[in-house]
Amino acid sequence: MTRDIFQPSGQIQFGIFFQGVNSGTVWKAAESGSQTDFESFRHIVQTAERGKFAAFFLGEGLRLREHLGRPHALDVAGRPDAQTMLAALASVTKNIGLVATQNTTYNDPADLAHRLSSLDLISGGRAAWNVVTTDNAWTGANFRRGGYLDHADRYKHAEAFVETAKRIWDSWETAAGPARRVLHEGQHYTVDVTPRLPRSAQYRPVLFQAGDSPEGRDFAARQADVIFSAHPKFDDAVEFRRDIVSRSVAAGRGANAVQIMPASEFILAATEQEAQEKKAWVRSLQIGPQQAVAYLEQFWGRELSSYDPDGPLPDIDPVVEETSETRGSGFHGAKARQLADQWRAEAKDKGLSIRQFVTSKTARIDATFTGSYTAVADHLAEYARVGAVDGFNISPWLIPTGLDDIVNHLVPELQERGVYPTEYRGTTLRENLGLETPVRSEESVRV
Amino acid sequence: MSITDKAGFLAIELDGAGYEHLANAVLAAESAGFHVATFKDAPEAGRANALQRAAFAGPVTRTIAVVPEVDTVYTEPFHISTQLASLDYVSGGRAGWIATADESPEAAAAVGRSFVEGDALAQEAAASIEVGRRLWDSWEDDAVIRDVATGRYLDVDKLHYADFETPADFAGTPYSVKGPSIIPRPLQGQLPVLAAASLVGERRVPVEAVDAVLVSAPTPELLTAEIRDVRARLGSSVTVVAELDVVLDSRGQAAEARVVASPESGRARYVGTAAGLADLLDHLLAEADGVRLHPAALEVELEELARLVLPELRRRGSLRAPIQDGTFRDLLGLKRPESRYATTAPGAGK
Repeated sequence: MTRDIFQPSGQIQFGIFFQGVNSGTVWKAAESGSQTDFESFRHIVQTAERGKFAAFFLGEGLRLREHLGRPHALDVAGRPDAQTMLAALASVTKNIGLVATQNTTYNDPADLAHRLSSLDLISGGRAAWNVVTTDNAWTGANFRRGGYLDHADRYKHAEAFVETAKRIWDSWETAAGPARRVLHEGQHYTVDVTPRLPRSAQYRPVLFQAGDSPEGRDFAARQADVIFSAHPKFDDAVEFRRDIVSRSVAAGRGANAVQIMPASEFILAATEQEAQEKKAWVRSLQIGPQQAVAYLEQFWGRELSSYDPDGPLPDIDPVVEETSETRGSGFHGAKARQLADQWRAEAKDKGLSIRQFVTSKTARIDATFTGSYTAVADHLAEYARVGAVDGFNISPWLIPTGLDDIVNHLVPELQERGVYPTEYRGTTLRENLGLETPVRSEESVRV
Repeated sequence: MSITDKAGFLAIELDGAGYEHLANAVLAAESAGFHVATFKDAPEAGRANALQRAAFAGPVTRTIAVVPEVDTVYTEPFHISTQLASLDYVSGGRAGWIATADESPEAAAAVGRSFVEGDALAQEAAASIEVGRRLWDSWEDDAVIRDVATGRYLDVDKLHYADFETPADFAGTPYSVKGPSIIPRPLQGQLPVLAAASLVGERRVPVEAVDAVLVSAPTPELLTAEIRDVRARLGSSVTVVAELDVVLDSRGQAAEARVVASPESGRARYVGTAAGLADLLDHLLAEADGVRLHPAALEVELEELARLVLPELRRRGSLRAPIQDGTFRDLLGLKRPESRYATTAPGAGK
């Protein structure tokens, strides 16, 4: 069946991910602006819309990141609620998609589905949900239920949640109602609701998902419209596409049903040499001496401030058995001692100082496109030609002006090459991404 | 602190704008001279989330306060605190919160929680408000320091755990909230919190927890007495807002003819001419600090209010001048408070 054979669109699109947390955002430059003022958000979303970006992404903060038992001081932190900010941005934009990262563990399906419907209706069909899960009790300390979910159950739980949300969005028979009642009784929650909102101009919010484990990929292949992937490098992206196509065909959804937009960073200038100089400057601001030492402290579980950031890795051993995920972002359980030995050997081999080593670990080397506008445009055109990705989700390293050179210089180069939209196709996110409209499911449960 | 000068403020409920005519409606209300726009959130078919409607209204306006209802019983206090703080950022410090306590069994069933009723409702409301207020204070104003020399973006000594726990006599499912907030302190420090007067008082939400109460009575005549009763019961520290349904003569049609049978709102209702309404509001604004109007048909009443009623009240000096670039606290005559953690408590993790 042709439906089962992947057809490249020949195009790429851009999204923008306003991070609001972690070391990727430079706050030490003179141009670094506020992480919370509405004007920062307005500038960046309107710049993105000028550049015909498909989507504007926000993450979700559920607990402030910590370091050795206290809030982490060295990186940007403190971010607005995703959907509240996106509803406000809907009033100052017309076409760009508005993507809210929202957790399935510390939200209720009926409430979250209702709020996403609201955002979808308020924005005229531009809302999307980036589905994430968590299981740690440390995050749960901010919520009524506390930690309640086993790590092994999180995708099962997330899938039941997403299916319930889809049923809620499916529930209005016509634009005028009536709605059918949605019942769900599961291991972790029960839902009994008569949904209050009709379908939007794009039927329902678009679903993004970022899971990368085999289980996460299958989940995305069954449920998601777009994967926010961790595979931006060309060969890796081609391989990831192949894998997702086969999983989505196996799930009965067709080869083109699931789009892929990897996370990425762009450091661009007029010439290659200027771009490389800029990159060195950006990296020095992203990982300063304090961040370098603090990064290791998270894995060593102890203070290492007596170690010279420009010297070798600490010779003492970690005091923790396992690194844990309780610090809020990106740290995954691993044997601490083993990791330290491995890292020391690696740094010694490559002759790297603490700061150089940490920069190599944290800077998203695979995800960074560095070079002249024309060279990077040529490279991206190749992705479009083979259909390695459907677009890139760009994390700007500078707020609020971090998209300016991309929109002013890279986007026109891509448009000249015929691989990037020159206009929005429509007004809804689903139209602009070229996604099919869902078919309403038939259900027997009615009021 | 209540507003002491004679002139009061006017709020208007914008539920009638839905989500499709929101920008036009809030701009019309602002240019008419309304001080506050409120957004109803009780579950009803076709009604989009109130907090998001308020957020949408924020960036398109300059002076009008945007104040959504947000339920306290079946919501996560950590989420609503973050959402309301965010609303304050997107509105430039013009956000408030009408804290409600959902009394419907349907709301409980939707999120799979046990049904909460009676005194327990006020306990849930009080707990949610306390969590919200602690989290808003959990970042001191100058917690973001951006100190390049030491590499610190935050001064960790100015971040604080909320460490909220429901009290021992809490009737609902006990819970705790750790904090600190995920967002820096709101622009206003603390958002003004409003609640129905019936929810506030002894064995209910403590009066200190709210900045303003909404007062209802079955008729305009009874409203004055009720305002006085509420003031006597709750003291002078709380701002009093009287609730009034309005149906006006409009477009050649008498108000009486436009009255449609509707479910009892429990509020006093004025039906008649614009001039008569101006007289009533003049009288009510002498008793209450503000009045919130619930128009029978938003676009119809808003036009009459803008054209005839508000100009007349301004002529009489009964309305406060809107505060250009002011906050909602400024409008209510509330000072911007210091964080409760500013001097007394040790920093988080200490």
